[in-house]
Amino acid sequence: MSTGTTKLDVVVSDVVPVNDLVTRFHFRRRDGELLPTFSGGAHVVVEMRDGERTRLNPYSLMGSPLDTREYTISVRRDDVGRGGSLFMHRSVKPGLEMVISYPVNLFSLDLRAKKHLMLAGGIGITPFMAQTAQLAAEGGNFELHYTCRTASLGTYADVLRERYDRRVRLYHDDRDERIDLDRLLSSQPLGTHLYVCGPSGMIAWVRDRAAALGWPSETVHFEHFAAPQPGAPFDVTLAVTGKTIRVDEQQSLLEAIEAAGVDPPYLCRGGVCGQCETNVIAHDGKFIHNDHWLSEEDHRSGCKIMPCVSRFEGRSLVLER
Amino acid sequence: MGITFRKETFRDDFTFRNSPEHIRRFPFPFHEDSYMYAVNIEPHVVGPKGSVLENLIDVDEHYVSEMQDRALVLAEDPLRCQSLPHMTLAGWDLLELLMEQQALGYPEHFTLTRDGDRWRWINRPLGIDDTFTFGDVSTLPYGPMEYITRQSQGDFCILDQRDGNLWMDAGMVTTQADWSLDFDIGMNFFEWHAPVPLAHEKGIFVRALKFLTNIQQGKPARRLNWTMTINPRLDTSPENYHKWGPDRTTVTAENVGDKVHLRVELQSFWRLPRSNGIVFPIRCYLIKMDELVTQPKWARRLHRVIRDLPEELATYKGLTRYRPTLVEWLSKLDDGSPTSPGFGPD
Repeated sequence: MSTGTTKLDVVVSDVVPVNDLVTRFHFRRRDGELLPTFSGGAHVVVEMRDGERTRLNPYSLMGSPLDTREYTISVRRDDVGRGGSLFMHRSVKPGLEMVISYPVNLFSLDLRAKKHLMLAGGIGITPFMAQTAQLAAEGGNFELHYTCRTASLGTYADVLRERYDRRVRLYHDDRDERIDLDRLLSSQPLGTHLYVCGPSGMIAWVRDRAAALGWPSETVHFEHFAAPQPGAPFDVTLAVTGKTIRVDEQQSLLEAIEAAGVDPPYLCRGGVCGQCETNVIAHDGKFIHNDHWLSEEDHRSGCKIMPCVSRFEGRSLVLER
Repeated sequence: MGITFRKETFRDDFTFRNSPEHIRRFPFPFHEDSYMYAVNIEPHVVGPKGSVLENLIDVDEHYVSEMQDRALVLAEDPLRCQSLPHMTLAGWDLLELLMEQQALGYPEHFTLTRDGDRWRWINRPLGIDDTFTFGDVSTLPYGPMEYITRQSQGDFCILDQRDGNLWMDAGMVTTQADWSLDFDIGMNFFEWHAPVPLAHEKGIFVRALKFLTNIQQGKPARRLNWTMTINPRLDTSPENYHKWGPDRTTVTAENVGDKVHLRVELQSFWRLPRSNGIVFPIRCYLIKMDELVTQPKWARRLHRVIRDLPEELATYKGLTRYRPTLVEWLSKLDDGSPTSPGFGPD
């Protein structure tokens, strides 16, 4: 049975440039009803119909979970990506009708925590916008450390400081401000949970230091959606449905499979949830694995691929789809 | 037209009965003439009119009496309802779900009106009319989970999801088939299923957990489970084993039809929106053999299922002592003719 999500028909109700790189999009339901309630850390998958192409990208919901009149997401422009963020920035205007998924939360708060210690890097701030709103409403104990390149690119830093004052600590790369991570991690009260969202280097650094300093792994939470990377085109045979498809330079393997009319299940489209895991029947070439789901052993075995983020270079690839 | 609620008991004089309409809507759990475990999970979508799936949260003629029986159990043993401190938000999620579903399915009996976080809940069968502030526990006479599950048929387990597992961290459990919330509270999915035979070896729980942790908001799922109970007793808990365990020695060829009940659980699984937890309602339906065999197809099929059940399953379900008597009684209603496919009566 497919475990995909239900879809929501929405209309873009506002588009707000936040800074040089980030634009915020507001969605309301076309039928005027309230949107489904969600929990802080949830994302939606936005369907982008760009001429012949359909891209589906996940974005964290950043509004307050207490207000379901609209959903808001923030999109950072990526000039060298596959074009999803550029499409959002250039083509999505107020009044445009779009389709998004129901919210899915793969970065949930652990509600047992006595304190929530949050570390954000760059656009990784977005899930924390919703989580801090949720916790603040319940009188929850949280502290947010937010690293950005410059003050002008510190997306929502001003809003967060205004809302939560000293519970938010900012670090600016251009001023050479750095989180004193070891000190921070060594001085937390018992029962603290750690959350990190940002570039993969930051996530790896925080997880490594937390492990070295004795944090139990179940108290360390992280969210890293690997955006699908562009790459050289390649051909794939889908053995179950008997189709041969080409994956374009700017297309993910999952998108190419879907464009051929085959619908594998998916939730995150970022290599973390495991839903679209696909068996490899035969291959002659090299995999470019970009997911966080399969084990290293799986990657080495050449028997599995996550088509949402991973690619292939070589003569032939046959998948069980 | 509303439901006519029966006045009946699930203890002492056991006056519980199903009306003829309720016999026909009974969720008979066997789609073929044999039974073995399977991950028999399907989407929980609305089913045919007149079935227990007509509404996603079913309210039936036993509602008022079941709620009275629950109140009796709780008065004797308050630990049947527990919620660990981090589960209050999930309790509000459940309150919203059950109020919405009951008001949607049975507007003549239940009404929910909302003005922001000011909510008014009218439950006519139980004579309740309360106004409260959603999210403020001080405005309800009980915690949100206890409040609404004292007004909803079936047991409810609320599972917290973390570390890739599900944790039994809250529940209202008074109509259970021999398991204890007080014993299982705080356990994870593998821990609380440890006593189940055969299924571990088949890898069923690993697959079931993978499925359940991926249940999405707005897409509930369901499965049926079954056992048998002597006398129509809802509270067959380990805590009260001394009261119901000995009943199993009382089955005779003369009283099988009246005493032996098929007990079917309609289990559903729902993602909760605010807490990201899962609620697992376990709704118990009882039917005595005399009522069940009014449908000849069910009589033939149940005979074949019970007769051929693997020994481990019969032991786990507690049927061992009276199985021969039951099979002998049912065999007289099985002429060997084929049964039609599917669950429903002919």
